[in-house]
Amino acid sequence: MMSLDLHGYGWMLWQGLERTIMVGLAAMGLAVAFGLLGAWGKFSRYRAARWFAGLYTTVVRGVPELILILLVYYGVPTLVQDLAAGAGHDLRIDLNPFVAGVITIGLIYGAFATEVFRGAFLAIPRGQIEAARAFGMGHVLVVRRVVLPQMWRFALPGLGNVWMVLIKATALISLIQLDELMRSADIAARATRLPFTFFFAASLLYLGITVVSMLVQGRIEAWADRGSRQG
Amino acid sequence: MTGDENQPVAALRVSDLYKRFGALDVLRGVSLSAHERDVVAIMGASGSGKSTLLRCINLLDIPDAGEIRVGGELICMTFDRRGQRGPADRRQVDRVRTRLGMVFQRFNLWSHLTVLQNIIEAPIHVLGIPRRQAIAHAEHLLHKVGLHDKRDTFPAHLSGGQEQRAAIARALAMEPEVMLLDEPTSALDPELVGEVLKVIDALAEEGRTMLIVTHEIGFARAVSSRTIFLHEGTIAEEGPSWQVLDHPRSDRLKRFLSNSSGGDRARSRLIGGDDKR
Ligand SMILES: Nc1ncnc2c1ncn2[C@@H]1O[C@H](COP(=O)(O)OP(=O)(O)O)[C@@H](O)[C@H]1O
Ligand SMILES: [Mg+2]
Repeated sequence: MMSLDLHGYGWMLWQGLERTIMVGLAAMGLAVAFGLLGAWGKFSRYRAARWFAGLYTTVVRGVPELILILLVYYGVPTLVQDLAAGAGHDLRIDLNPFVAGVITIGLIYGAFATEVFRGAFLAIPRGQIEAARAFGMGHVLVVRRVVLPQMWRFALPGLGNVWMVLIKATALISLIQLDELMRSADIAARATRLPFTFFFAASLLYLGITVVSMLVQGRIEAWADRGSRQG
Repeated sequence: MTGDENQPVAALRVSDLYKRFGALDVLRGVSLSAHERDVVAIMGASGSGKSTLLRCINLLDIPDAGEIRVGGELICMTFDRRGQRGPADRRQVDRVRTRLGMVFQRFNLWSHLTVLQNIIEAPIHVLGIPRRQAIAHAEHLLHKVGLHDKRDTFPAHLSGGQEQRAAIARALAMEPEVMLLDEPTSALDPELVGEVLKVIDALAEEGRTMLIVTHEIGFARAVSSRTIFLHEGTIAEEGPSWQVLDHPRSDRLKRFLSNSSGGDRARSRLIGGDDKR
């Protein structure tokens, strides 16, 4: 194991890592929720839902993440304040950077998760859904007992991918002053004038998250695949 | 319906069923009924509408016109705002479906569940039967179809014949009033056909009411009381199986029967025409 002299900033990096993971997990949870909602929208029999889901994935995937983050953090409070002022209310809104970050990242990667879930749904053999209906399962039961359990299996590889890109994207939140890993490394690098040391250490930590994630993902996929021919 | 008290209510009665897909008239006025303990064989060339008929009976396809009664209960249909025909009450359809045990050509077992889990799934979650009781019943059925040693196996690890027997057990677990079997052996390798036919034969023996779409003429003759020959969406010939199969009246049925003896299954598999479900 090589040793890096972190000049007493090790603890700060560690806290940044913790915060990055927290933002990542929270955003991932949100992304999965948005993804399920988005996929539901795409297959909905209501035209409005389909239209909205299409708009969501197009806009979110088409606009740079950085802009979306700044838009949510600075833009939304201003907009709300202006609207409130227009209605004669004096309102001050300060969005907590953690919340703003989680919402934005969750929203962005929810669009990617939507596509993952959409593909996973299409991968479910139609006959199995039909069998469920033929046995008298109503809409909710079919989704709960047949669609979701199977969708997870098909969605896992794609979700793993979303997670890995998402965790890297959390670095963008450093721009809205949240002391996650990236910003902690940046602060330490400026203070010590050792940019290589700290950005290198940060890369190792990001890489570490990825490696651990891959191991966990492998385990989960093996478990989820237990019913398939290869399993 | 109260007319003749001595006449038992048919387990299944279908009257004047019509179904069209786009420009294609698949069913053009099909009527049939099955009384308790009847085994009705449905024959017909690939594409003649056999699967569509079965699927219309449990509303997997919505018939454009016609009535379906299960044990005397009429499935109520209505038209939505856009003039689309559909069931008036989804819950009635779900309820009726639990009384019709469907066996698919392609088995359609739930691949994320083991054989036992497949069998207890609908009894527990649809019928609300206590788990312990559902399992006991499933074990009994597994013995019956000769699959007890496979109870904890996932479908992907079964042979086609085993899958289909598991699918039959899954249907039986609902204690259906009528079984609908859509070419239960057509997707199987020839050497696996026998084990499945034997199970179905045993069901006929114990007096199950069944509609079986099949190309196995010998099997139909042995098991079914009546045979229906579908041609281009209408019933071209029907009657007692011995009569229809051994003394066909129309040339079409004669041709069909002579083509079917042996070669038909292999051919329909090669063409892959109606193998999609
Ligand atoms: N969902 C569908 N959409 C369009 N055409 C269909 C559909 N289902 C069946 N068909 C057509 O209806 C005809 C009858 O099909 P099917 O009932 O499966 O015949 P069989 O089971 O007798 O071979 C075929 O020509 C088939 O292509
Ligand atoms: Mg068919």
